[in-house]
Amino acid sequence: MANEIRVIKEKCTGCILCFRECMFGAISIIDEERQISDGRRIKKLARIDLDKCTFCGACVAACKKFAAIELKKEESAVHLDIDPSHYRGIWIYAEQRHGEISPVVYELISEARRLADKLGVKLSAVLMGDKIESKAKDLIYYGADKVYIFDDPVLAEFQDDPYSELLAKLIAEEKPEIVLMGATNIGRSFASRVAAKIRTGLTADCTALDVDVSTRNLLQTRPAFGGNIMATILTPSHRPQMATVRHKVFKPAAPEPSRKGEVVRKNVNHSELVVRTKFLKFVKDASAKVNLADADIIVSGGRGLGKPEGFKLLEELAEALGGAVGSSRAAVDAGWIAYSHQVGQTGRTVSPKIYVACGISGQIQHLVGMNSSDIIIAINKDASSPMMKMASFALEGDIYEIVPALIKAIKER
Amino acid sequence: MNIIVCIKQVPNTTNVQIDEKTGTLKREGVEAVINPFDEYAIEEGVRLKERFGGRVTIITMGPPQAEKALRDALARGADDAILVSDRAFAGADTWATSYTLARAIRTLGEYDIIICGKQATDGDTAQVGPGVAEMLDVPHVAHVKKIENIENNLMTVERMMEDGYDVIEAPLPALVTVVKEINTPRLPSLKGMLASKKAVIPHWGAKELGADKDSIGLAGSPTQVMKIFSPPPRSGGETLSGTPDEMSRSLVEKLQNLKVI
Repeated sequence: MANEIRVIKEKCTGCILCFRECMFGAISIIDEERQISDGRRIKKLARIDLDKCTFCGACVAACKKFAAIELKKEESAVHLDIDPSHYRGIWIYAEQRHGEISPVVYELISEARRLADKLGVKLSAVLMGDKIESKAKDLIYYGADKVYIFDDPVLAEFQDDPYSELLAKLIAEEKPEIVLMGATNIGRSFASRVAAKIRTGLTADCTALDVDVSTRNLLQTRPAFGGNIMATILTPSHRPQMATVRHKVFKPAAPEPSRKGEVVRKNVNHSELVVRTKFLKFVKDASAKVNLADADIIVSGGRGLGKPEGFKLLEELAEALGGAVGSSRAAVDAGWIAYSHQVGQTGRTVSPKIYVACGISGQIQHLVGMNSSDIIIAINKDASSPMMKMASFALEGDIYEIVPALIKAIKER
Repeated sequence: MNIIVCIKQVPNTTNVQIDEKTGTLKREGVEAVINPFDEYAIEEGVRLKERFGGRVTIITMGPPQAEKALRDALARGADDAILVSDRAFAGADTWATSYTLARAIRTLGEYDIIICGKQATDGDTAQVGPGVAEMLDVPHVAHVKKIENIENNLMTVERMMEDGYDVIEAPLPALVTVVKEINTPRLPSLKGMLASKKAVIPHWGAKELGADKDSIGLAGSPTQVMKIFSPPPRSGGETLSGTPDEMSRSLVEKLQNLKVI
């Protein structure tokens, strides 16, 4: 059976709710006068272009009131050939960079701990690196029951081949039901390879997670279309259920040095391991004192700064707040600041506690990269700009007067 | 050098406005364009062809109207284009999409490098590039900001990381996903636009790819969308007033009360 979707002519009121909701432009409203089942005469009818439709169901949800769109989804053809009850336990991938555990790992542990307790299973962490064993105890202090370690010089720096192969093999052997990874550059690079190897589902960049205790399904909620819609995604008939999780969404738990856990050392079999790439060197970004992805506070500048020197001032503000400097695309394209600072659709996605937007009007491409920030502060001459309207605190005026005053006020606090 | 560039047609959000009442995107009349990251992928493919010779083949999976994105890519300097299109592919998640594109690339034959944009702006997953590499059993490097060199079938690339960049060497054939910093895409040329109009673009369906029917479309997708909903709109906040000093002091006080600084 193929996917089927249809508009029920007797129910459609031609109200355009579905038309507005369709991200794929698959719905048009046509003229077709007829009487609908409640007796009304209606002139308009929604029509679905099946060549454009992806069967996402957004229109069905939009039409809840009239229930005039019927969607029959094809049954998943692939079923588990192994009893899902053979898959137990939650894993997190304990990403490290240059021998240090990435901050997103502690956030993952705290959320995964909650899910593991709800399902009544163990929480394990997988750590890969070189001379990394001393970090295992930290993972236990933060909430892991068990830590698998691959400690080998070949894993000193991240490379997709060995990391994906070792993780996929360990998953196949140990059969966890859920595997969570950070949606970092590393996680987003090799999680997909792992999922492809073991033929399971992977949901990107989740911002909310839960488990259904009866089906043991992981409810993976993520933004799409730059955060304009949210989707909850399931991996109903494959195990493990894999997801990458956005940094800064979950809060890390406090470490408890009294916690006990098991450490399992795994061997790296060099004769079997495929490593096609070669790591040559790492070049640190000298322009960033604080890493944008890890920053709790980001001070960003845009076209409204008017000149490259404006970023000197923003650096001072960022320093006073202990934050990092970001920018809009316009400022990067003008050559005022390096691309590595760009926030937005073609730059980075950030969600700090405080985002200070200086001279950024708030075009949609920028907003999608920062609209999940806790507090947004906008400083702009134009009070009618989208950023000023959406900001938690809007300060109207000249950046070159307000920012120095703000630096002073912060230092005096 | 045989260069393959995988692209996706996405709704254009460049000129989209936000609905002030609902705080969501105004979606009426949104046109379909090449995914912004894929423009860098196409440009990099054309630049590699200019450096090393060869052909650039563009592949997209999508509905029949995705042919427009392919013609745009041809106008930007690509040589051939293939539309992977079949009703049976609809509803594919990243696993099934990776499988389908990998089948199409195998059907195409020999290649040296596959270039993809880092991610598409509609799904934002960044999963298809690495997925295709795995299914073709070739190495990949994600988030590439520069292809430094290609010599003796080895490429040296710069991979953007949160704290700087890594320099990685990979043997060809290989796949890279690229970020914006890698180049500045050229505009379509007049000659290119004329040629792209005449180009014959083959359509490949599930049969042409010899695709396993249990691995394509919704049926072959391990993930399923349970529900789609609008995020709660972000309500506007407070506008501070007064002199710069007054506004600043008031802001600092409010942030201190919220215990965020």
